[in-house]
Amino acid sequence: MAYELIVIGTSLGGLSALKTLLGALPQDFSAALAVVQHRHRESDQGLGNFLQQFTVLPVHEVEDKECIQAGHVYLAPADYHLLVEYGYFSLSIDEPVSYARPSIDVLLESAADSYNERVIGVILTGANQDGVKGLSTLKARGGVAIVQDPDTAESPVLPRAAIAAIAVDAILPLSQIAPRLIHLCAATGG
Amino acid sequence: MLATILKPDDLDVHLLIEGLYHRYGYDFRNYAPASLKRRIQSFLRTEQIATVAELQAQVLTDRACAERLLLGLTVNTTAMFRDPSFYVAFRQQVVPLLRTYPFLRIWHAGCSTGQEVYSMAILLQEEGLYHRCRIYATDANDRVLQIARQGIYPYKQMQDYTQLYLKAGGQRTFSEYYTAKYNNVILRPALRERVVFGEHNLVTDGSFNEFNVIICRNVLIYFNPTLQNQVHGLFYNSLCKFGILGLGKQETIRFTKYETAYDDLAKAEKLYRRRN
Repeated sequence: MAYELIVIGTSLGGLSALKTLLGALPQDFSAALAVVQHRHRESDQGLGNFLQQFTVLPVHEVEDKECIQAGHVYLAPADYHLLVEYGYFSLSIDEPVSYARPSIDVLLESAADSYNERVIGVILTGANQDGVKGLSTLKARGGVAIVQDPDTAESPVLPRAAIAAIAVDAILPLSQIAPRLIHLCAATGG
Repeated sequence: MLATILKPDDLDVHLLIEGLYHRYGYDFRNYAPASLKRRIQSFLRTEQIATVAELQAQVLTDRACAERLLLGLTVNTTAMFRDPSFYVAFRQQVVPLLRTYPFLRIWHAGCSTGQEVYSMAILLQEEGLYHRCRIYATDANDRVLQIARQGIYPYKQMQDYTQLYLKAGGQRTFSEYYTAKYNNVILRPALRERVVFGEHNLVTDGSFNEFNVIICRNVLIYFNPTLQNQVHGLFYNSLCKFGILGLGKQETIRFTKYETAYDDLAKAEKLYRRRN
């Protein structure tokens, strides 16, 4: 079965990691990507504009009920949780989860619930535990769990916590994550 | 018609929501599923109930539990001058248009505990328009309306609110708008004078007046596309010609049936103007 959605979570150090990962994906990439990068509640559209410079894929700050399209990158907006429904996104201003809004757990858990084994979860550099629970749910629902090698992470706390808690499918240096995603999405026939 | 086959855990949620509707008339059937499920799970933890199926059985026989669930399923995140740039845009883009009317009716739909209603009252007062306005502030939830009517909020929030007030373009000293007592503040009674608080459910209730401005921020995000279209129909039919619609920062008219019924007034702040 084809992978339709890749959900990515990161906090401290995420900007440069995302730059590398998204920058290595080709224009005809066959899955959609949704990203939670922890950020300040009043930060503006700067993150999306910044990342757009490094990728050929169109980057969106998600607006409520936006459709999920293959080959697009969707960023959780500041001060909202990003949730995956089947085929589109919803936003919420529910309480922060693990002190974070947007929360990685919220994105990953909702993606697992809507897309089951057609989703790949990626945990990158990060300084707290938000994302561990989500990746664990995603794995339990049949999705693929990939974690950045803590030795290549600007902040290894989150990758280490994820590896300790979950039987992940792959631990990869940052530079190897995009090639693996391309391989996984191609191997299943798009 | 073919039946939609649901996964077992989705089926439990579906039955719970149907039960709430048919037993009590609480209609969550067209809420956006992902956040609804999270809130049900969080309610289970609070009530120490193991499964959705157990909750369903309890809710159908225990009205108090159903009412707690109702509160648990509705969101009440708010603050005075939340998203200050919205108020800046409102001052710059909307206020000049409102000056042309002798009398203004404003509907704040989903007002929760009232902070954003009083923020608008302050803005209108500073712009010299307040005496011409009537603000209808509604919510489906009677408990939050009780708080809203009182206009009493914890003192410890004032530091945050003061900063937001200044970023929102406030022209006075924020402390002029409240009196502090013990750990609370009460807002100046003048800010309530032209506000009518009332119960109104966007899912089940219809239009009740014609308005120059409708504000509904971060409420529709909890609805699925079907229900969003229905509520946008209600708003469209409740706005006068060239009336103003204000949504939350990441909400949009774009993915609804009413996309072409409005012009952008302040695109980034989701202020729209009804075409005709």
